[in-house]
Formats: sequence, structure tokens, C-alpha cells
Amino acid sequence: MDNFTVGVVVFPGSNCDRDVSWALEGCLDIRTKYLWHESSDLSDVDAIVLPGGFSYGDYLRCGAIARFSPLINALDDFVKSGRRVLGICNGFQILTESGFLPGALTSNKNLNFICDDVELDIVSSKGGWFNNGGEKQTIKLPIAHGEGRFHCDSDTLKKLVDNELIALRYKNNPNGSSFDIAGITNEKGNVLGLMPHPERACDETIGGTDGLFTLKSLILK
Amino acid sequence: MDQFAVKVFVRLRPSVLDPAGEATKSASIKLGAEGIKSLRIGKMIEVKIEGDGENEVREKIDLLCDRLFANTVIEDYEYSLEKL
Repeated sequence: MDNFTVGVVVFPGSNCDRDVSWALEGCLDIRTKYLWHESSDLSDVDAIVLPGGFSYGDYLRCGAIARFSPLINALDDFVKSGRRVLGICNGFQILTESGFLPGALTSNKNLNFICDDVELDIVSSKGGWFNNGGEKQTIKLPIAHGEGRFHCDSDTLKKLVDNELIALRYKNNPNGSSFDIAGITNEKGNVLGLMPHPERACDETIGGTDGLFTLKSLILK
Repeated sequence: MDQFAVKVFVRLRPSVLDPAGEATKSASIKLGAEGIKSLRIGKMIEVKIEGDGENEVREKIDLLCDRLFANTVIEDYEYSLEKL
């Protein structure tokens, strides 16, 4: 696993790219490489994180412009190859806008930008993203978003439930998300999008380590 | 080539909660406006575009609306088109 490298994508307006890189390198000893959004060469990375932030200033809709970057265009083959992609917050919004994950994320029900720790139920083990040895079925992660309300139609929700694609649900829904959804995977399980920030919960000194499992699982095959 | 002025209206689908619209409705009532039954906020996008006739321009605008201007999971769109 020595050469395993996680690509951390940097868009204009990304602001969690360094946090993700710090958590992977400093807490988990996993090598990272920043990928500028104009790059379409993904040949030397083994997994990809789309970090949080405000790509392209969130103009038009969150993630709507980022979707057209060369890197996102190259992501289709990367995902089809079975390699892992983790979209956090703005990264989740980009994954829904670009069709890698269903649904959409829009403004919080109460219109507030919510910056808080939330309790989350691990719903599905698909993809092994939250495999913590069965110790915990509820985890605590920080959220920080103004547009994190997950919305989808009833047919899509049924498909998410039936195929066990709902990864995380809020215990106390903070933003009005349909079915309390905080994170979902694709059918294959190699793409996860979630609004909470696992990279901000990787060290006890900053409040918890429940995010470690998710980042560590990037190296799973 | 013909030039057209296009006005695109993007709106949240009726089934999608519009918290900004609700907040503005609440402020409108506080201002003293009476009788407001519903208030929803959308976007208007103005485009000037060249093309070989209206049909070709409509094709371009349909693509833009469907792929970029609106997220059809949560939004509907319509547009008006005027030849300049």
C-alpha cells in the first residue's frame, strides 16, 4: 500500500482540500496528490476525493459549473474502473450535479448556514465506507453547509432504499433533507457522497475520530 | 445568421420547498401586503445568441437549459425568444 495515492481535487473556491490532505497524510499516513480541476490525467492516483468548499463560487447552483471541468469529465472512466471516489459537502453536490449520484442538494430548510456536530446513523455497509469493526452504528461528524438539503422524487427514494444506497441518515435532521439523508452511494458502492466532513473528525484534539474510518476506506479495493 | 434575445426562467418544481420564497412571503406580510397566497423565487437568465434560424437557436437553448441552467431534479424551466 506504500504507493497508494489519493488525488485531492482542487477547484477554484475549494477550501477543504488541505484539510483532507492533512487528515490522510498526517493521521493515516496515506499519500495524497493535489489535482487541479483542469487536469484530466488520473492515471497516477488510486482514489479521488472531491473536497468541500465553494467551487466556482457556487454560481448558478452548487457544483453546477464544476461539473464541466476536464477532471469531472475524466471521472466517468475512473468510476467505471471501480476505483473509489469520495465527495464531501461541495464534492457531494458536484457528484449529484454530474449524475454520478442521484438526487440534488438545495438550500437548507431554515435558510441558515449550519455549522455543527451531528449524530448520524450508519444505514448501509455498501462499499465498506463506514466499516469500523461493528463498534459503532451511530457516529458524530461536523457539518458546515447552507445548501445541504437532499431532495429526490419518490421513485428515486424507493430505489435508494431498496438497493441499500443510503449510507448515512441524520438522527436529528438539521436541514430538511428527504428521509433524513446525509450520504448516499452509487449502486457499485465505489462512489460515496456525504454532506458531513469526515476529514474534520480525525483527531481527538479537534473533537473526535469518527471520520477516520471513511477516509481509511479509500484504500479498500 | 440571425440574432435572438432569449429570456430563460428557472423555477423550483412545485413539489420542492422554497425556503427563500417562504421567508420573502413572511417579510411581505410584515410589510403590510395583504392577500399573498404563494410566493416562490426563481432565476431569470438573459442570453443573446446567434443561429441559423429559430429552430437551431431553440435546440441550443434547450440543451443549455437541460444541462446547465436548470437542475431538472428540482427545477423546471421555460423561455421566451425574440428575434433582434
